Amino acid sequence: MIFSFDLLFEAVLFGVLLGCFYAAVSIGLSVSFGLLDVPHVAHPALMVFGSYCTYIVAGYGLDPVLAGIILMPAFFVLGVLVYRFYYETFEKRGTEAAVRGLAFFFGLAFIIEVGLILMFGVDQRTVEAAYIGSSLELGDYRIPYRMLVAFGVALVLTIVLTLYLSKTFTGRAIKAVAQDEPALRLMGANPVRIKQWAFGIATGVSALAGAMLIIVGPVEPAMDRLYIGRTFCVVVLAGLGSMTGTLAAGLILGISESIVLMLLGASWAPAVAFGLLLIVLGIRPQGLFGR
Amino acid sequence: MTYWIGAALVFIAALGAALSPLNEYFFYAGYIVLTFIVLATAWNILGGYAGYVNFGTGAFFGLGSYSAVVLFKALEAPLAVQILAAAAVGAALGFAVGIMTLRLRGIFFAIATVAILFIMETLMVNWRYVGGATGLQLLRPEVMAPFATYTRMLFVVMAFLAVLAVSLARYVQVSWIGRGLRAIRDSEEAAECSGVPTLRLKLFACVVSGALMGAAGAPMPMYLSFIEPASSFSLNWGVSALAMPMIGGTAHWIGPVIGALLLGSIQQIVTVTISNEINVLVVGVLLVLFVVLAPDGIVGLFRKLVKRR
Amino acid sequence: MSFLSVQNLSKHFGGFTALNGVSLEIAQGERFGLIGPNGSGKTTLINCISGSLRNESGSIRFNDSEISKLPAYRRTRLGIARSFQLPRPFHTMTVLENLLVPTAYVVHLKDAEGEQEAMEILAAMGLADKAHASASQLSQVELRKLELARAMAARPRLLISDEAMAGLAGAEVDEVLKILFTLNEKGITIIMIEHIMQAVMRFSQRVVCLDAGRIICEGDPASIVQNPEVQRAYLGA
Repeated sequence: MIFSFDLLFEAVLFGVLLGCFYAAVSIGLSVSFGLLDVPHVAHPALMVFGSYCTYIVAGYGLDPVLAGIILMPAFFVLGVLVYRFYYETFEKRGTEAAVRGLAFFFGLAFIIEVGLILMFGVDQRTVEAAYIGSSLELGDYRIPYRMLVAFGVALVLTIVLTLYLSKTFTGRAIKAVAQDEPALRLMGANPVRIKQWAFGIATGVSALAGAMLIIVGPVEPAMDRLYIGRTFCVVVLAGLGSMTGTLAAGLILGISESIVLMLLGASWAPAVAFGLLLIVLGIRPQGLFGR
Repeated sequence: MTYWIGAALVFIAALGAALSPLNEYFFYAGYIVLTFIVLATAWNILGGYAGYVNFGTGAFFGLGSYSAVVLFKALEAPLAVQILAAAAVGAALGFAVGIMTLRLRGIFFAIATVAILFIMETLMVNWRYVGGATGLQLLRPEVMAPFATYTRMLFVVMAFLAVLAVSLARYVQVSWIGRGLRAIRDSEEAAECSGVPTLRLKLFACVVSGALMGAAGAPMPMYLSFIEPASSFSLNWGVSALAMPMIGGTAHWIGPVIGALLLGSIQQIVTVTISNEINVLVVGVLLVLFVVLAPDGIVGLFRKLVKRR
Repeated sequence: MSFLSVQNLSKHFGGFTALNGVSLEIAQGERFGLIGPNGSGKTTLINCISGSLRNESGSIRFNDSEISKLPAYRRTRLGIARSFQLPRPFHTMTVLENLLVPTAYVVHLKDAEGEQEAMEILAAMGLADKAHASASQLSQVELRKLELARAMAARPRLLISDEAMAGLAGAEVDEVLKILFTLNEKGITIIMIEHIMQAVMRFSQRVVCLDAGRIICEGDPASIVQNPEVQRAYLGA
């Protein structure tokens, strides 16, 4: 292992791009779990599903990012339906149903994963685009274009969602329902509809996140398992309910993973997210900016 | 008293079967189903009784397997020692995870168990002594007197572990410990204010659960003559260990047994006749169906039926 | 020496200060009322005393020993019991089994004796006929009585009743009030949090009014009611 500042810098650079990507794929979970308290362990599975949908749509000649955007409304509806079902079956019945809710999403994740295996097989799928395959050269460093695209989309997505939640009326209603549902009810708003809408947005965002996933690299059905670690790590490290925290947490994870990758190799990289998650849970479970 | 007679009979039946000229396949499949009985029962002690969901059964199970392999490789330790050591390691892991996360909400515990699973797998993948990612082949004796094959002997060992696990679960359930765990499950805050030392009881359940899962993992490498990280630490163990009690019924010790027998048998049939993927799909679908439609499991359905009469 | 002594208690939730330097002294055997508008910190104070929450600064002394570092279950074993504002029954158990938890874990009775004591308590509460009913099938009144019964099963020396009468009709309020008076006659110190003013006034020997995390007034019921600060806190500026 040759240690040099050049390598370190490249790792950090890559880590920043990766981190922003991680933030973007986690932001849906930041809403569904961070704000709405839904134990959504099926979030990565839905995202991988989004990747495969992007694969299909992009197969008609569309740019993958565009494909992802086109899929967002459909995924929004899917999210609304899933939340409605979850609410009627579990959340309404109170805390007794906490175990069942967790079990439900766990089962759902497996069903999605196996469904994808049955439809597409276990082989990896990729998409093609002009920016996939070539890199930008900055002096001694090479940055893959696809990472830049993912970085750009991720940044835009995070900023848009953060602004939406703090500036628009519905957005602030979503934040309010997370903090004080009874008060919201007294103001005449219907918390269930707001949460439904929020979950829909979170799932819609997952479609675009899935598109980025398949842009950044090949996807296979079992990827959701690894991403449970990455997304929950980001959301917990950020602190439940903090959108800006998601970006910071994503960067921390991305850079950590990149450095571990450089120092120890690919066989250790999967453990970084999970290890970081455990550390956060152990010493500061409320995360960086938790409520 | 009737329970103990029944348990003794079950074990004697298993012993008798192993000594009889029954088809060898019965023991191959039976071993797996018995393993699931132990795993489901262990899961239920923490998940059903106390309400803390463990997704990472594979971590404890796999760690048990690897502990057994290490002892076998380093000291040629006999199976009994391997099992005891695996139980101790499983208990220690249960304690560690518990101490770290049982103060937090249930979902954080669940996510932490997934984290442990992947970290364990990564550690074993990178450890050359146990074969790294490719794993190890293990030589085991062909025959183990008085049994015709080694597998039969393992079958009897696992039957013993199953009886042990179920007896332990039954004791926890009917004792004051069980009442405390139920109180925690129903309302942890009220339990604490009613004098229940919630953290201690949860830790206890976590340690017992982990020990049993570790013990169940110990004979597995001998059963397969092989060990490798990916299958030892698969999330699939977690979904089965969770689905079986939830389908069988979490309130009573017989629930996980029913769930394991039912789902375990279905899994064996499906894997052999159709495919392994469909197997996982079946588990997932049944889990979701039961969780939505019959939350009290088969035991719950049975109770409702009895009440109607 | 006071029975329960709270000194300079503070509790924050993120940036929000729920309790700001609260101090009060309660004598043994006293009937103490705690009032204040919604959000003033009453339940937070109770949670800190019972141990459901940890205070950040200040001290809580019970029977002359510091308890603010103890977990809730230890405080219950020392003699502090509480009922919950929103009833939290052990819903998979029967009413009787609900009481068997504290009898086993606080008083350390075996089930046979525990059942006997539990049945006595249930009879005093008027819940004896529901002993074997599932706790999930009780009415609101019955749930609140169960809350008190369960607290009683812990043989407390200090009982904190958190809005036990909320939402109850006149006769039901009288019922619960009578139970609390009887308990006090047996020597149990009682802290009552209530919004039903006539109940607080009839019951309490001393009343403290909380607003925005601070004590704004302390005294006997009659003078509290006439205090302009209290009126302002309830009716707004």
